[in-house]
Amino acid sequence: MRNNQNSVFYGVDRVTVLVYVLLVIMGWLNIYAAVYNEEHQNIFDTTQRYGKQLLWIGGAAVIAFSILVIDANFYTAFAYGFYGFLILANILVVFFGREIKGSKSWFGVGGFGVQPAEFMKFATNLALAKFLSNQNIIVNQQFRLKIRDLLKNYKNTLIALFFILLPLVLIKVLQDETGLAIVFVALIIVLYREGLSVNFLIFGLLAAILFVVALVASQISSVLITLAVIALSSFLFIRRSRKNLLTVALVYGLAAGVVMGTNYVYNHLEPHQKVRIDVLLGRGTVNLKKEGYNVNQAKIAIGSGGFLGKGYLQGTQTKYEFVPEQDTDFIFCTVGEEWGFVGSTIVIFLELFIILRLIFLAERQRSDFSRIYGYGVSAILFFHLAINVGMTIGLMPVIGIPLPFFSYGGSSLWSFTILLFIFIKLDANRLLILR
Amino acid sequence: MSSNVQLGDRKLIIGGFFCLIALIYVFRLFYIQIIDDKYMLAAQNNALRRLTEYPVRGFIFDRNGKLLVYNEPSYDLVVIPRETKGCDTLSLCEVLQITKQEYLKRIKRACQAPNSPRKQSVFEKQMSAKTYAALQEKIYRFKGFFVEKRTVRKYPRPIAAHLLGYVGEVSKEKAEKDEYYHEGDYIGITGMEKGYEEALRGKKGVQLVVTDVHNKTIGRYMGGKYDTIAISGKPLYCTIDMDLQEYGEKLMQGKKGAVVAIEPSTGEILALISSPSYDPNLLVGGKERAKNFTRLYHDSTLPLFNRALQAMYPPGSTFKLIDALIAQNDGLISRSTSYPCARGYPPMGGKPKCHPHGAVDLVGSVAQSCNSYYSYVFREITDQKKYPHFFDGYNHWRDMVKTFGPGTHLGSDLPYDKPGNVPSVEYYNKVFGKNGWKSNTIVSLGIGQAELLLVPLQMANVIATIANQGYYYIPHCVKGIGSEKGIDKKFTEKHFVGVQKKEAYTNVIDGMQMCFDAGTAYYEKVPGIVACGKTGTAENPHGKSHAVFMAFAPRDKPKIVIACLIENAGFGGVWSAPVVSLMMEKYLTGKVTRVAEEKKIMAVDLIRGKNLLTTESH
Repeated sequence: MRNNQNSVFYGVDRVTVLVYVLLVIMGWLNIYAAVYNEEHQNIFDTTQRYGKQLLWIGGAAVIAFSILVIDANFYTAFAYGFYGFLILANILVVFFGREIKGSKSWFGVGGFGVQPAEFMKFATNLALAKFLSNQNIIVNQQFRLKIRDLLKNYKNTLIALFFILLPLVLIKVLQDETGLAIVFVALIIVLYREGLSVNFLIFGLLAAILFVVALVASQISSVLITLAVIALSSFLFIRRSRKNLLTVALVYGLAAGVVMGTNYVYNHLEPHQKVRIDVLLGRGTVNLKKEGYNVNQAKIAIGSGGFLGKGYLQGTQTKYEFVPEQDTDFIFCTVGEEWGFVGSTIVIFLELFIILRLIFLAERQRSDFSRIYGYGVSAILFFHLAINVGMTIGLMPVIGIPLPFFSYGGSSLWSFTILLFIFIKLDANRLLILR
Repeated sequence: MSSNVQLGDRKLIIGGFFCLIALIYVFRLFYIQIIDDKYMLAAQNNALRRLTEYPVRGFIFDRNGKLLVYNEPSYDLVVIPRETKGCDTLSLCEVLQITKQEYLKRIKRACQAPNSPRKQSVFEKQMSAKTYAALQEKIYRFKGFFVEKRTVRKYPRPIAAHLLGYVGEVSKEKAEKDEYYHEGDYIGITGMEKGYEEALRGKKGVQLVVTDVHNKTIGRYMGGKYDTIAISGKPLYCTIDMDLQEYGEKLMQGKKGAVVAIEPSTGEILALISSPSYDPNLLVGGKERAKNFTRLYHDSTLPLFNRALQAMYPPGSTFKLIDALIAQNDGLISRSTSYPCARGYPPMGGKPKCHPHGAVDLVGSVAQSCNSYYSYVFREITDQKKYPHFFDGYNHWRDMVKTFGPGTHLGSDLPYDKPGNVPSVEYYNKVFGKNGWKSNTIVSLGIGQAELLLVPLQMANVIATIANQGYYYIPHCVKGIGSEKGIDKKFTEKHFVGVQKKEAYTNVIDGMQMCFDAGTAYYEKVPGIVACGKTGTAENPHGKSHAVFMAFAPRDKPKIVIACLIENAGFGGVWSAPVVSLMMEKYLTGKVTRVAEEKKIMAVDLIRGKNLLTTESH
């Protein structure tokens, strides 16, 4: 079958599919453990979350198969179409959606709900790949500083950024789904791979560091650290080229702006977001009984797992509802508690394996479209992994984001499946077509 | 494509970055799972249990520091169904005196939504001390069960039920909306318990305890580091005079109606009585409470209904005081003005009717409560020439009346008060058609009848305004919360009404004094005290008229105003005036000399009489 060029499975990267199946099954077993209930011991009971997840998995298999059946050209041809359609859907959901947990981001279909923001991920990735793979476009490499040039040469960068920021802003502002919105930031990594000046990333990182510094440190020390950053960047840039004087000036402005703007931004955050940042940074008097309770309970659950864990279905912390959202965003706690250090490490490495495998596959593509799309999938998966696991072990603020292929939920599983299998299809066809 | 050659090494940077983050996470996991045993629990099967420590609800004291409300401990038995494996069910049933079926039924209920087998829910509410003692001996055999300490309200004297309100389990909707409350928590539902819920409730505490598989508490989780202590509710110092309240309730026995007493110089409510009342001790406790509540709820005399705040009655003749004030303020009448009275209002053929009395001036018209006089006065106000249209005159009258409180929420600290009603132009246009009505159509408004409705609290506020000669403080029943003696600023602000002529008040008050000296309340003089009052007989379409009386005393520097309304009792001077007069004597002199009258009033039972079947006035 494998050797038959007409087979649906011809050229499919079996390693990726295998790890994908492994993660999905592990996820399902852990959802069963997280909501385990002596009253309903049947893992196939569809009135329970684990039973429903099995239905989602079945659906995902059908979706994956359909994607492989469809001609690969379909995805390039309709890249903008998908994007436009889903942007529209994400706007309409605000008017026609069903209200769940205070935000209108779900379309109700009978007893089930579909979250269009989840499917925005693959559509944005497709559209970005289509735009960047256009032969005439090269994302800017040089960091020129004349405003005239900036607008001319950075036009393409700005358009690419627009593709990324439009869904981000829509989903955040209209639906107030921070977790689903922030994911699009991951696509900056794709722009970097395609030639975005590294200065952008350095500036972004600097701004983030300064933001944290300004929040944590006292007024005087944050001024000192800012001066140190300025001095260091002056030294680096001026040494490389005198022309970079303007760059340095920009760094000055940025540093001052960030440090001064921090309090403004912080004060305009929603109370729960402030609290999450405070919890993460250990800032002020974080009350572990209140704000810090969830993160602390998550850490207790994971920490109590030890080296080998308490054993399957033996976890106590994740079952007694000490941990919130134990089968969705905090599913990693169940892994940590029941499978210990060994199990958690395996899950992280399996996820990392897919992510790196995607980079490897992307690099072997002949078509720019396929490569860019592959990087997008990799970056999006990585972003989910980093935030989701990071928040349960107290390294990231709490943002509602699922663990790819693992967390409970039809929309997220299907969205990741579509994201991944479109690339698997593109990769399977890499030798046939030059897009 | 050409740029991709140079960009190729970026894949290494990206891949390396991904690996770096993953490695940091693995190290972090290694740290919290293996090196740091802070997160490790002592034994594998240990579980944490969240015990809620319920705070003691704040006490309530009266204005003289006497205790009105305190708490008594009570015990709830709670269960986590999935942990009841191996529980000695038989002896548990024995201790609680329930059947095995009942046990199974309750466990089932504890498993169903919104409860859950994994969550604790109440199994037996408010056990008696005896049951609790018996249970405590064997609790180690009742796996999955444990006891939570709660408190219930207790009232040393069975009074002020409506004013204090009651405490009950929080509603499902409230528990979902407000994150402080969980199902089964208590919350103030009416009266002061509701109005001051946040101060009274205190703050719940949480204890995390480690228990073993046998449901035995091993100790505090991490030495109690994450525990919070319950903070007791703050005591309330209220403005009620407990003795006056109790005395008033005794006088109102066997009568339907309400009494509100206010200290005019501060707006403090001295007594707030709604009759028939009930013993507030009936509405505490578990099973008893539900039974009593149902009984009270279905009682035809509506004892749960707070008439003082919610029953809207026509004020009757007591309303003439406001007309007299407005007309004087507008310069339409003076002390010497008099109008004809032919046992009724002549221009309308003797309607509204009046009782026989001599010719009266303004002072006499108050004392004798002449209906004809105030029909003239009302039309003088509404038909003033300076208003181009009659509607403007009517609206002027209505606006002035509203400054005294009728038709508005006074904004007191007691929840669920009704605004009363001063009908609008639009209302009458709807009833009579546009231009289908004039001042003579609605002349009975001038004598406090027809659609004009006030709640007793508003009546007391009107009389307080007259006693203060032009302003009132929003009536309130709390002077201090906890250690801070201050109250909301809105209760210490003077609210000035539309009439500010001192002379106008003097004339009206002279009439009110004469009401006691030689008028409609002649037989109810308070011995040794100069009191001023006004009778009212509020006709209602459902039966015998309501008796209204409002008064203040002493005339100089008034210390107390009282408004009293008794449903279906007939003429105001006969039933309401004695209640007011006796309460004034009690409050101002500390004792009552008219023992015979007191006894007579207390003994009268108007409810069981022929008026039993009549209903509210609205």
